[in-house]
Amino acid sequence: MGASQSTESNLTAGIQRHLSKIVVAPSFAASLFFVYGFILWTGYMAFSKSRMLPVWDWAGLRQYERLWQMERWHVAIENLFIFGGLFIVACLVIGCLLAVLLDQRIRAEGVLRTIFLYPMALSFIVTGTVWKWLLNPGLGLESAMHDLGWTSFKFDWLINSDMAIYTVVIAAVWQASGFVMAMFLAALRGVDQDIIRAAYMDGASLPRIYFGIIIPSIRPVFLSAIVVLAHLAVKSFDLVIALTGGGPGYSSDLPATFMYTMAFQRNQLGVGAASAMMMLATVMAIIVPYLYSELRGGKKNG
Amino acid sequence: MYLRKTILATGVALSALSAASFAHAEPTAEVLHWWTSGGEAKAVAALKEDFEAKGGKWVDSPVAGGAGDAAMTVLRSRVLSGDAPAAVQLKGPAIQEWAEQGALTNLNDVAEAEGWDDVIPPAIQDVMKYDGDYVAVPVNIHRVDWIWANPTLLAKVGADSVPTTWDEFNTLADKLQAAGITPVAHGGQPWQDATIFETVVLGLGGPEFYQKALVDLDEDALKSDTMKAVFDQMRKIRGYVDSDFSGRDWNLATAMVMNGDAAMQIMGDWAKGEFLAAGKVPGKDFLCAPTPSDHGYLFNTDSFAMFNVSGDDKVEGQKLLAELIVGEKFQETFNLLKGSIPARLGVPMDKFDDCAKKSEADLKAAQDAGGFLPSMAHGMALRGHLSGAIIDVVTAHFNSDMTSDEAVSRLVEAIDLAKD
Repeated sequence: MGASQSTESNLTAGIQRHLSKIVVAPSFAASLFFVYGFILWTGYMAFSKSRMLPVWDWAGLRQYERLWQMERWHVAIENLFIFGGLFIVACLVIGCLLAVLLDQRIRAEGVLRTIFLYPMALSFIVTGTVWKWLLNPGLGLESAMHDLGWTSFKFDWLINSDMAIYTVVIAAVWQASGFVMAMFLAALRGVDQDIIRAAYMDGASLPRIYFGIIIPSIRPVFLSAIVVLAHLAVKSFDLVIALTGGGPGYSSDLPATFMYTMAFQRNQLGVGAASAMMMLATVMAIIVPYLYSELRGGKKNG
Repeated sequence: MYLRKTILATGVALSALSAASFAHAEPTAEVLHWWTSGGEAKAVAALKEDFEAKGGKWVDSPVAGGAGDAAMTVLRSRVLSGDAPAAVQLKGPAIQEWAEQGALTNLNDVAEAEGWDDVIPPAIQDVMKYDGDYVAVPVNIHRVDWIWANPTLLAKVGADSVPTTWDEFNTLADKLQAAGITPVAHGGQPWQDATIFETVVLGLGGPEFYQKALVDLDEDALKSDTMKAVFDQMRKIRGYVDSDFSGRDWNLATAMVMNGDAAMQIMGDWAKGEFLAAGKVPGKDFLCAPTPSDHGYLFNTDSFAMFNVSGDDKVEGQKLLAELIVGEKFQETFNLLKGSIPARLGVPMDKFDDCAKKSEADLKAAQDAGGFLPSMAHGMALRGHLSGAIIDVVTAHFNSDMTSDEAVSRLVEAIDLAKD
């Protein structure tokens, strides 16, 4: 009786000691296989002759060559830079501005904060569909303005090849800027009030305090926001599908929609894999310096 | 706990027993398809009923979404894991691609017993055969090169029928536009742009040119002045659509014709289903006429490819299914529901509507004239990567101010790139 009790307690102690590892192990194994394993597999596919089915025949850099010769890929990459650049900058500016305004201890702050944050709770498909209706010249804004009597009003970006990508920016900024605002607001609240009071005493104006003291002190939040927004931009897929369908033509294609078209609609697995690797490289270019600085910073602190 | 295990075990044993005892008695076929809504779903249900009436066991594997993309992804993984469904909804040269992988089974004995060679139009036989062997069965023929018109709107500018040449088409469209009527209802999606494109190729170039340019990908034909004229005409048609066309679904464009918001739509005969569902009468409430061409006929045929399966019950089920699909009874029921016409000759047409009757009559005439051709925009003429390359150029031209010269040179480049 006593022996079995002690074995049991040994077992319990052992489980308790290793509990964290036991709990984490399955998800660790799963992510090792399903994320990193498939990244490696996709990497290999990009070097293979795969078309309809994955094959292992080596094709060297041929798929990458074909990818970069495709007009459509160039459109997708160009769109990624337009979309990514404007999306990140606009979200930061609007988010920061909203946060600063909300930070003025105004009435009904809670309600306003919820209103601005709410779009983030929607799926991109919903955002895309709603903006598709709003921006459709015959249905939305333009026709509403015409009905009100402003007949010269013209806003047809959605159906204009050169401007369609900017409608994606509008919808994405609408969705994400509230989230950025929340990040900034939290950071602003964390700034030491004594410093601000001291600055007041010295007679600094409010803009001066914000630009000279508060914003520099929340610099790390900028970095986090940029990383979050950048990866949202690179992996954007559903928003484009719902809003423009990649059109008119393929003028608002992004790398993710390009990859889907090649791999799943055109039996071009090799080119699809190559474009997926290019997307991975883009994300790495953003994330790796960030991780590097974070980890190094952590060491310094520790 | 124990009780549940016992029940489970008994259940497994029972089902194993029943599977064993009926294995030979019951031909089984698993069917992978994406006909999950409307008339299409009803049409599949009709096939299932027939199959079960003949003592077969139907295993339904519908994969909805993405116009078949999702189903193709499922198919890839099923084939790679060695567990292919018996019959898969596949069409056009994709059948050849799967056959090249050695994934399809040979249906020659059924074909011989049923005399398929005599009843299936030769051009469709070519699509169903790989190396001379039947590997797939056709279920229908959709005609792509149709104009659907609103007679009331046409009458407003004094026209009582649909134009028969592209010049007449332009004249009529100009008149309509001058009268404040949108001449062409169109949805700006790449495949819809390509649908118009191929009917213009067929019309301006003729069947022989269509064959050379969009089936054989002959470079001289692609670079020719005729092709430039085709792009010129596309630019004209771009001017005839309303300003909200981008991204519009085809059925909404059909509704525009129905409701009198636009005069004509160029679309395959699945558009007819929209008119009929709204209780419209062909010839009275709407007109159906082929797009201008010299006895051309672009077909879009759905089919089921038969994959290699093991086990007598499954092989039997597959053969029974193939026999039923090509059989007259199924071809009639299915096509009445789907709005297409039978993919075999000798099916009585008296239950079909006037547009379908015209389609069948035109098919025979086109076959004699050599104008019965596979549709490029609907994946009947070329493999996906080649038709995709063409559609990219067509849609980029249609939705921008690209010149016809540039479109032609881009077309040749894109095809070269996709070929190797």
